[in-house]
Amino acid sequence: MIGQLTIPFRLLVACIYLFLLAPILIVLPLSFSNDSYITFPPESWGLRWYAAMFSHAGFAQALWISFVIAVTVTILGLAAGVPAAFAIRRRQFIGREFLLNLFTAPLLLPSIVLGLAILLVFVQARLLGTYTGLIIAHLIITTPYVIRIMLTAFSTLPPSVEDAATMLGASPFTVVRRITLPLMMPGFIASAALSFLLSFDEVVISLFITGPRLRTLPVEIFDYVESQTDPMTAAVSVVLVAATLLIIFLIERTLGLSKTIGK
Amino acid sequence: MAAITSSVPIAEAPASRRKFPFLLIALLLPMAIINFVAFVLPVIRLGMISFIESRSGGVLTNNYTLENYADFFTDSFSIELVSNSLLLGFGVTLITLCCAYPIALFLHRVSPKWRNMLFVITVSPLLVSSVVRTYGWMVILGDQGVFNGILMSSGIIDSPLRLTNNTLGVFIGMVEVLIPYMALSLIAGFGRLENVYEEAAASLGANSWTRFRRVILPLTAPGIALGCLLCFVLSISSFITPKLLGGGRVFLLATEIYDQAVIQLEWPTAAAISVIVLIIFGLALAVYSRVVKRFD
Repeated sequence: MIGQLTIPFRLLVACIYLFLLAPILIVLPLSFSNDSYITFPPESWGLRWYAAMFSHAGFAQALWISFVIAVTVTILGLAAGVPAAFAIRRRQFIGREFLLNLFTAPLLLPSIVLGLAILLVFVQARLLGTYTGLIIAHLIITTPYVIRIMLTAFSTLPPSVEDAATMLGASPFTVVRRITLPLMMPGFIASAALSFLLSFDEVVISLFITGPRLRTLPVEIFDYVESQTDPMTAAVSVVLVAATLLIIFLIERTLGLSKTIGK
Repeated sequence: MAAITSSVPIAEAPASRRKFPFLLIALLLPMAIINFVAFVLPVIRLGMISFIESRSGGVLTNNYTLENYADFFTDSFSIELVSNSLLLGFGVTLITLCCAYPIALFLHRVSPKWRNMLFVITVSPLLVSSVVRTYGWMVILGDQGVFNGILMSSGIIDSPLRLTNNTLGVFIGMVEVLIPYMALSLIAGFGRLENVYEEAAASLGANSWTRFRRVILPLTAPGIALGCLLCFVLSISSFITPKLLGGGRVFLLATEIYDQAVIQLEWPTAAAISVIVLIIFGLALAVYSRVVKRFD
């Protein structure tokens, strides 16, 4: 009888799960509403709001801008974060701990404070409302995760494996291509996927530094939700969730999610 | 660090010191530049601007002053902001704990076949943007929303309940947004809980309430402390959910930072409030580390 799951307890947990998933579950049927305003259940069904979304200049443009920024941030974040993680894990130098703490410290700062702080510097540097500004700001959010993941990835690859390959006559290039890269691949893919998702979903910091001509999708949705209540936001939300699921599905198919996370 | 340096043979030290570590610097430089431009510099500037005197209309002067902080602490509205934020932080944390604890306990006890799937379901909301989830709540809780619709069509109420554009709506939305974080922290701390302890307590005559209070709760306390710290800190600094579900009628430190910075353009005031938020963070962290020390 110890540790048994009684019926009332099961019901309680089911209710909490319903509460947890309710806002996501409600958005899907609502996006197929053909009504002009939010009614639930919708009086007529259809794809009206999906069509409206793709012909809405703001959303279509914002989707493209968010995509470009997320891809750039992913590439640059790996380019900066992977070598830094390598140096911190494999090299001995004074201030190693300090650099690690410094590079992962942005995680600890609330994004509302970090957003304001970045605004105050970027307004002087004339980076507000520019691709450069948004990319730099997103990099500071994604790189701590890249470094953390890659530190774990590098520590699962003992130098002795590479030394063994070298001793058996492999050239440095072959060692990197046949030993280091394949073993690092799950770490790379996990970092890349997380960077993309974090950048694509980032809203608080973007709110501070987007300009009227350069707005990311989450910022566009935020402003739209604040001013209008029609089912178009539901359609945009479904596209956003579907894109996220697609990325996770692709990783799962190519690597296996559990392998990617490392344990 | 000291141990590593001393393990290097003394004869080699001068040679390696003379060699300039080009490779090491090349590896670290890009990351250091990003960190400096988007973190170190902004944080320093934030601290400085919080002491700068501003003329009306948000024009910055070159004079340093304590006025921004003095104004904050003497204004009854800002005292209200602090108490609203703290109440929201404590309240949301407590309710989130009550919702997430059964989930964590269930995941701990359910058969492994179900555990993985339910774990994925528990954390999956983290992958959905908080804007989307908050929008979902606006659809459910609004005056013409799903919840009021069901209650009115079934004749339980005549006029819609006010569930959005007020503190209640913010509470509901925040609890839902934070449950996955709390559940993750709790699950991480549930490893020490084993059935044998409960069986031992039961064989000594403890009823189920006593077993929960004297065995389960103390064993899972470190996870509870971690989850509470995380949720408190996240709810104090959250902005999207209070802004949208509060409809501009719920005034918190985080929403005030945004309003002062982006709408009023009063950057020194916004910076001073940010510093106060960071101080509250520091205090929460200090309380947490004192509490955790007690467990050991």
